[in-house]
Amino acid sequence: MLGYLLRRIGLAGLMLFGLVCLTFVISNVAPSDPAALAAGPDAGRSQIEQARRDYGLDKPLPEQFLRYLTDLAHGDFGRSIATGRSVGTDLARYFPATLELVILAMALGVLLGVPLGVLSALRKDGPADHATRIFAVSGIALPPFWFGLLLQLAFATWLGLLPTSGRLSVFTEPPPPITGLLLVDSLLTGNFGLFREALSHIILPAIVLSLPCLASILRVNRSEMVEALRMDYVTAARAHGVTPWRIVMVHALKNAMLPTLAIIGLRWGWMMSSTVLVETVFDWPGIGLYAVSSAIAGDFKPVMGVTLIVGLNFMIANLIVDLLYGVLDPRLRRA
Amino acid sequence: MTALLEIADYRLAFDTFDGTAQVLDGIDLTLEAGGTLGIVGETGCGKSVLARSLMALNPMPPARVVSGQIRFRGSDILGMSDREMRRLRGRAISMVFQDPASYLNPLLAIGTQMEDAIRGQDAAVGERQRPRAAARARAAELLAAVGLPEPARLLDSHPHQLSGGMRQRVLIAMALAGDPVLLVADEPTTALDVTVQAQVLALIARLVAERGLALMLITHDLGVVAAACARVAVMYAGTVVEEAATADLLSRPLHPYARGLIAAVPDLDHPERRPQGIAGSIPSLITPPRGCRFHPRCPVATERCRSEKPLRREILPGRSIACHHATP
Ligand SMILES: Nc1ncnc2c1ncn2[C@@H]1O[C@H](COP(=O)(O)OP(=O)(O)O)[C@@H](O)[C@H]1O
Ligand code: SF4
Ligand SMILES: [Mg+2]
Repeated sequence: MLGYLLRRIGLAGLMLFGLVCLTFVISNVAPSDPAALAAGPDAGRSQIEQARRDYGLDKPLPEQFLRYLTDLAHGDFGRSIATGRSVGTDLARYFPATLELVILAMALGVLLGVPLGVLSALRKDGPADHATRIFAVSGIALPPFWFGLLLQLAFATWLGLLPTSGRLSVFTEPPPPITGLLLVDSLLTGNFGLFREALSHIILPAIVLSLPCLASILRVNRSEMVEALRMDYVTAARAHGVTPWRIVMVHALKNAMLPTLAIIGLRWGWMMSSTVLVETVFDWPGIGLYAVSSAIAGDFKPVMGVTLIVGLNFMIANLIVDLLYGVLDPRLRRA
Repeated sequence: MTALLEIADYRLAFDTFDGTAQVLDGIDLTLEAGGTLGIVGETGCGKSVLARSLMALNPMPPARVVSGQIRFRGSDILGMSDREMRRLRGRAISMVFQDPASYLNPLLAIGTQMEDAIRGQDAAVGERQRPRAAARARAAELLAAVGLPEPARLLDSHPHQLSGGMRQRVLIAMALAGDPVLLVADEPTTALDVTVQAQVLALIARLVAERGLALMLITHDLGVVAAACARVAVMYAGTVVEEAATADLLSRPLHPYARGLIAAVPDLDHPERRPQGIAGSIPSLITPPRGCRFHPRCPVATERCRSEKPLRREILPGRSIACHHATP
């Protein structure tokens, strides 16, 4: 198990380095001139050159790259050229909002997708199976902004049950961050009123974000369960008298969870990098909005920072998935 | 006294995409308590489907019972609910499978699989499931009974860490968990290395003798039948064509198919005689031949064979044959 773990971590490290290189290259081939942006719209040639020197953009590329690496190693993501703010500080503010949204969406996807997948497999070709199939197909096909607007219309405008935007009401002072995840922080400080408020804000965007994820987990889990239930070891377990519940929930589901886990890992990365539509519809102050507004302004440091954070997150998710694979599958542990 | 197992006019069809396959076409077999019956026949003749029928393990659908009864201790298992059937599985009837690699769950430790079986059998008869530790102790006992060393260590290992022979022993141990009276073994040695085949067969024979089990042993190896079974039934395309004492059948097969099957075995005493196989291959079970299902391949078929299905009749005491032209 240890060797397996170390190999996976080593691989993740290599991928991270690749990602760092990639963000650097992309920021250098981007058509906009960051020095001109920094100097402002009315700047003359000499002011632009001054800005270029200030930001170290006049140095040879290898030197810039080295500096980028050392800064990153010190946790310094650089400064936004447009606002002058530290990208690290911005990320610390926006990333938890996105992370909280993605975690909740993933929780919904797994907690509903896996049981519904099992149920549809057990009721294969029955009404429940057809119902979940229609649900899953529409879950993948519905455009998120359209679905988001629909939910806002239903739950906020018509029913008046839930707010439409933000993480908290504009009148609520955000608490000092502990983890930055409002649901967690409010529970840690025992502030249940705040918890309710945060939950009422996050629930609609989380549903919208989770729907495609839920749908694909459901479909994969269903077909893997159908497959697993046909396997010889299930026949043997029945012959030996293992209880039906245990056959389904342990003997078959454990096997079906291996491919499902792969989808969960992929969907995690997908959600991290595609929150922007949901963040736009629900005015959610996350890294998606931050990255897009920076990109539109030609401000490349925030974009690099977001790319790195998302990539790092993706790698950690993959690492966790790989570890869970090792936990589930004894054949992997040996190597 | 009723026999332990009585199969009467049992017909099972599979509704497949290409049509309905009449896989078992009127099986009649009887097995007394403690009796040993071998089932032989070419691949695809329905041996495994028959074996699975005894434990209601065929997937329904596509499988569908067309007619007949399978009476175990007098009660028809075809009419049993799933709950009733579960009382029998492992506790009265047990099964050993062909490929021990695929019949063990690759992700679960041997101990977990055995404990689940033992505790599931408790639940099936409405008892409180015994604690895992007790089930584990029982599992270790069973592993020792099939001659596996270091049971405690084995319980913590996973199937991929075991050799084929060990895996089959584990499956045999699991089959014994509920002290069954009937053991159904479906080609238990086919997937094993030649060197361990004899050992596993000897193990089964020993357990059957020690525990007084009835045995239904499916194989396409006549040598295995000769070693382990008092009686033998020859199957062809979903029918039993001859049933006899093993020694009688091997020395003087009467049904043309049985004759062909035995002629296909190389004669070790007369190596100069070439084994004579049976020309042709097994027929489609979706559109089986009319009359005798064997007639397209039968060297002595007549017009009657093409139109009229031969019923199995006793032509000598303890010996029955389904053929229009068989004589004692
Ligand atoms: N689940 C199934 N669906 C459709 N046909 C099946 C199924 N299981 C077995 N059969 C058919 O039943 C016939 C007998 O199979 P089987 O009992 O496995 O033969 P064997 O004598 O080699 O054990 C074959 O023609 C096979 O195609
Ligand atoms: S009934 Fe006819 S075809 Fe069938 S085995 Fe006998 S002789 Fe051959
Ligand atoms: Mg078979």
